Amino acid sequence: MSERASEPTTQRELIRLTAAELAGRIQSGEVSAVEAAQAHLDRIAEVDGAVHAFLHVGTEAALASAALVDEQVKAGSAPSSPLAGVPLALKDVFTTIDMPTTCGSKILEGWRPPYDATVTARLRAAGITILGKTNMDEFAMGSSTEHSAYGPTHNPWDLSRIPGGSGGGSAAALAAFEAPLAIGTDTGGSIRQPAAVTGTVGVKPTYGGVSRYGLVACASSLDQGGPCARTVLDAALLHEVIGGYDPLDSTSIDAPVPSVVEAAKLGAQGDLSGLRVGVVRELGGEGYQPGVRASFDAALQRLEKLGAEIVEVSCPHFEYGMAAYYLILPSEVSSNLARFDAMRYGLRVSEGASAEEVMAATREAGFGPEVKRRIILGTYALSSGYYDAYYGQAQKVRTLISRDFAAAFAKADVLVSPTAPTTAFPIGDKVDDPLAMYLNDLATIPTNLAGVAGMSVPSGLAEEDGLPVGLQIMAPALGEAVMYRVGAAFEASRLADEGALIAPEVAK
Amino acid sequence: MPSESGAISRDEVAHLARLARLAVTDTELDTFAGQLDVILGSVARVGEVAADDIPPTSHAVPLENVFRPDELRPGLSQEQALSGAPAAEEGRFRVPRILGEEA
Repeated sequence: MSERASEPTTQRELIRLTAAELAGRIQSGEVSAVEAAQAHLDRIAEVDGAVHAFLHVGTEAALASAALVDEQVKAGSAPSSPLAGVPLALKDVFTTIDMPTTCGSKILEGWRPPYDATVTARLRAAGITILGKTNMDEFAMGSSTEHSAYGPTHNPWDLSRIPGGSGGGSAAALAAFEAPLAIGTDTGGSIRQPAAVTGTVGVKPTYGGVSRYGLVACASSLDQGGPCARTVLDAALLHEVIGGYDPLDSTSIDAPVPSVVEAAKLGAQGDLSGLRVGVVRELGGEGYQPGVRASFDAALQRLEKLGAEIVEVSCPHFEYGMAAYYLILPSEVSSNLARFDAMRYGLRVSEGASAEEVMAATREAGFGPEVKRRIILGTYALSSGYYDAYYGQAQKVRTLISRDFAAAFAKADVLVSPTAPTTAFPIGDKVDDPLAMYLNDLATIPTNLAGVAGMSVPSGLAEEDGLPVGLQIMAPALGEAVMYRVGAAFEASRLADEGALIAPEVAK
Repeated sequence: MPSESGAISRDEVAHLARLARLAVTDTELDTFAGQLDVILGSVARVGEVAADDIPPTSHAVPLENVFRPDELRPGLSQEQALSGAPAAEEGRFRVPRILGEEA
């Protein structure tokens, strides 16, 4: 044992550890899982008043779950998973039998689901300590968490700015050291864009790679749960815990989970020779902040230095991605959210009138403006007379975007772009301008439409505002291994030169 | 097809909200009509793409029927199913009147 290991680890040190390091110390008995949970619960108590990453903290259940891991360690039994005892923040869109599930909406305020999502169940089986549920834009519709019915989350880099969305709570929890691991969902960028603007790592797996059972639906053909962490290796470890076939999700892919942990370890050795990295001509340039472009250019140089061959690829239909997305998504939303009918669970207002009146009044009171806008938009796009011009045409564009990806992946092993066009913007800046808000997801939407994999890795700070920038890496369906390899190589190289991106201490 | 101006009227938004069972307020109608007009003007760009002979994609992964063994397995109990109900009575969901007076 090293000398350092014999010294007690302080709480402040504990919360700075990576999940992999923390899991190692828990397994060796140097730190208990209860101590690890308590350190993060204390951190939440210290900073979450200012950050507001959590909607619910499950203190007792977290400590009880951690205690079970400690018993196993003491008994000398094999750990349930390589992440046993590591605390995690769960996006409040996954059902949890022991905690409320609100999806950031008043219509589900206080709702206790009668079953666990598959992701929740896998986390529990892996011995991961679920600290609580994180804030999000209502039903995952938004890019800033400002559309949460419970108030926005604040970016630990600058509390007056947004942490991205919809999974801003999960990303902020990581950046504020409230948890070393988190789960998000990505329908058009809701894992990757928050990761980019908080200086953390976020992965959208291949569609069907992580079960959607118990994930409250936004747009079913686009939604995908995935891992969030502060390092690529930690994301990979979590990916292998939550990924894989689930008979309860009929769109789940019946194939082995890609070996992403092995790929991340290989990547960290820093050799990318023989790999072709494709720069998507249509993602970048105009509309992207200068500091974001500069960080991206530097990232390309770094990838080249690691031995990768940089090639330019063209995806001509990506420029129509946002338009297609904002027809397909609202159409699916208008159908999926019809389930909130004030009859079986959730909010009910104006008792006594007819069922239809109760339904309309409840949905009016329970949904926020962005959800209502998208339901109305989707209802319009699916109306007879407009269907062909809008929804039908959007589905054809979706085909063309998939073909663009196929052609690009014939020329390159992975594709790269900036994750988001800007760094974190001030809270309030875009909340009344839906179209400006939608532009945040310009670069992340195409992967959701095509169902391929994508991740965001920190690429540094923008010169003009000192805020984090993300590099997006995209890979073909089930091609996560090469994506993690590139992400880990890039991360290791950048860390060696520039060090970790640490958010300034959040105000107490 | 969309109207010449690409505009969606306040009346149309009100009609759509009724279809979607949203009892929106007059103020919301004013706001949404303007915002949806801008959004529709932007998403209408999909019409610029020549795609007559392109098949539509509804799902990124080709979907086929998924079967499971036809075996009994546990589901939610009646109590669990009713646990989140706004109102329940005699083991059932209690709902407001669903038929009109004349029915």
